[in-house]
Amino acid sequence: MGVESSRRRRPGPEADERLPGGGCVTGRRRRSGRNMAAAAPPQRRRRRRAGAREGVGGRGQWGAGRPRVRRGGGGGRSGSGRGEAGGAMLCCRLAALGARRRLRPLGPAAVLQCHHLRYPSRSLMSSGVPGKAGSNLLFYLIVGGTVTGAGAYVYKTLRENKERFTSRVTTITARSQENASSPSGAASRGSAAPEAHPEVPSHVPFLLIGGGTAAFAAARSIRARDPGARVLIVSEDPALPYMRPPLSKELWFSDDPNVTETLRFKQWNGKERSIYFQPPSFYVPARDLPFVENGGVAVLCGKKVVHMDVRGNMVKLSDGTQISYDKCLIATGGSPRNLPAIERAGKDVQQRLTLFRKVEDFKSLEKISRQVKSITVIGGGFLGSELACALGRRARTRGLEVIQLFPENGNMGKVLPEYLSNWTTEKVRREGVNVMPNAVVKSVSVSGNRLMIKLKDGRKVETDHIVAAVGLEPNVELAKSAGLEVDSDFGGFRVNAELQARSNIWVAGDAACFYDIKLGRRRVEHHDHAVVSGRLAGENMTGAAKPYWHQSMFWSDLGPDVGYEAIGLVDSTLPTVGVFAKATAKDTPKSATEQSGTGIRSESETEAEASEVPTSPSASPMPHVPKQGEDYGKGVVFYLRDKVVVGIVLWNIFNRMPIARKIIKDGEEHADLNEVAKLFNIHED
Amino acid sequence: MSYCRQEGKDKIIFVTKEDHETPSSAELVADDPDDPYEEQGLILPNGDINWNCPCLGGMASGPCGEQFKSAFSCFHYSTEEIKGSDCVDQFRAMQECMQKYPDLYPQEDENEEKEKSSKDLEDTPVEASFAKEEKGSS
Repeated sequence: MGVESSRRRRPGPEADERLPGGGCVTGRRRRSGRNMAAAAPPQRRRRRRAGAREGVGGRGQWGAGRPRVRRGGGGGRSGSGRGEAGGAMLCCRLAALGARRRLRPLGPAAVLQCHHLRYPSRSLMSSGVPGKAGSNLLFYLIVGGTVTGAGAYVYKTLRENKERFTSRVTTITARSQENASSPSGAASRGSAAPEAHPEVPSHVPFLLIGGGTAAFAAARSIRARDPGARVLIVSEDPALPYMRPPLSKELWFSDDPNVTETLRFKQWNGKERSIYFQPPSFYVPARDLPFVENGGVAVLCGKKVVHMDVRGNMVKLSDGTQISYDKCLIATGGSPRNLPAIERAGKDVQQRLTLFRKVEDFKSLEKISRQVKSITVIGGGFLGSELACALGRRARTRGLEVIQLFPENGNMGKVLPEYLSNWTTEKVRREGVNVMPNAVVKSVSVSGNRLMIKLKDGRKVETDHIVAAVGLEPNVELAKSAGLEVDSDFGGFRVNAELQARSNIWVAGDAACFYDIKLGRRRVEHHDHAVVSGRLAGENMTGAAKPYWHQSMFWSDLGPDVGYEAIGLVDSTLPTVGVFAKATAKDTPKSATEQSGTGIRSESETEAEASEVPTSPSASPMPHVPKQGEDYGKGVVFYLRDKVVVGIVLWNIFNRMPIARKIIKDGEEHADLNEVAKLFNIHED
Repeated sequence: MSYCRQEGKDKIIFVTKEDHETPSSAELVADDPDDPYEEQGLILPNGDINWNCPCLGGMASGPCGEQFKSAFSCFHYSTEEIKGSDCVDQFRAMQECMQKYPDLYPQEDENEEKEKSSKDLEDTPVEASFAKEEKGSS
């Protein structure tokens, strides 16, 4: 639509110029038409007085002409009988000439008129009065002129109506475009009210595609660095930007029965927080974004960017709206992967499946967990294990069966070294989950009202609902239209160390495959990385030109008793060195939040650390008696690549991330990692 | 008494408290406080306020961000005996703006926020490196 209007816009200003003058050309035409129409009637009237009947229009004219001729009321025939045909031909020719003189295009019409003349009734021949030859000629001339004039008028009216219509449409579209871009234009016209701003601005300085954590962090960063910046977030999700970690952790541990509505959770120290980064009043309505005084952040929810024109600095939404930008951030994140076995399975199975990622998925799974008897979580990574533990906790109170299946040997098998993975699996089992490692799904079918999962080793699992947590596929559909590179090893948009894909395009969050100066090219799917990369992209969009330097961390809580924080490349295929001490009752994520005084660990690492006096650990800590075989209470695990520490896991010890970050940043070869472990004070709280 | 175990490529060391009481011999590279790549704390090396500091939360980026920035810049550069006493107008403007958004700036916490932020600005020059470490952790 925009393209068409631009095409139409070109003749638009010319039409505007014409209009104030009253539509010069068209007016002239109209006037000339009127003149012509005015010219014909007096002649007609004259003929009527003489008893002649005339009609307007070519054929009707001559149709009326024949009876006229029969009645003999001045048919315009020559007097002599024999010369009549010749005379008629002569008259016809003269009439045609006359017509042609007035208006050439109507030549054929004049010829048609001639045909009628050629077949006069013979009976009329004798009725001609000798003295009327000259007046007949005049009569034919007048009639011919009238007919052609009338025909010309009709033709011109039709044409100018069409032109008037197109020029009107052009001015209307031009007017609406002007209204959108300059309110002063609207004021001067006085026509459109200022409230009639288009719903979506046609141009924004900062466009963020995607409405998740990375986009919000970038918006905040841009606003902090560029005073009065106008930032537009376009999000496919109908919700405002929110944080995902509580969806699989804290929200499940909440005691509030309305938690699916409020999406708030009270922490153990009483501090409550919403998953939304900011309440709706923080955001500016999109239609006001170009006009609000100090700029702001606007969010377009439920809209998807489907096409990106990098050359023209423009994107197109699914509803056809076009938005041009100065700087653009792609933070489209990813979509949950599905198992091929489940995709093949059919609609009945799909209805009993949750691919967990968004707020709606949390709401629906929470509801389902209260309705069904058995839920199976497929996947043994972060999301799968956290959900299994969260559901397992509910299992105890509600008699819900929770099963977890994955191909690895133990929970977090790709992240933790084997001994820790096994320990973790035991912990998850103790949370009430039936963990089945080394399980590869072969097929899923519906039997009765339940699902039947068949594994490759022959085992069968009967369940009511499946939650698939088998990975994330980065959303790179825009790469095609934008002409951006997609990484073949890690997936995602390939960007440089400053998160830049092209001159005005940055990518952050789950979808960015970036170059980490210390650790090499990677793609990270964690919350803190989204915050750090979003913040960095925002800084670079406002001119900072900084590379990815501040290492992001991640954490996981498997129930309130087991938790760890990690940083860097935490890959179980790397050789590791773990240094452990025995755990005491105080070493739980619960105590960590109490001690630091922050609400949730989601906040303590990424947001401000409260300066209030920390509350003392609660009077009744969870009983935790070290059992035999439970060797890995708390400690630190170093992941090595070529003898350099590239990853660290802080196992059940907290608030020591800065020193871990420092060690990775140094990138030094340490001869004795036990000495390095001393820096962490693992025996202290 | 610490002991060591090897499970394939993974080495496991168990240590007692006594083992870790001796100071560490691990060497860490000295930090350059002016490194432009590093995450800065609230105050940048050149003395300016880092509006992008995570410690400020959304204060500098929200709808009252401009008022907040002008009030705190005034406070930061104020050379009066009572620091910030010449900034009453800016603070008042900020407060008026914040009252328009009670969701974002809860009224009962407002004074605490102001006190806390002003306390940050005062403390940071004194404990610059320590604060940077803390804030750098986010």
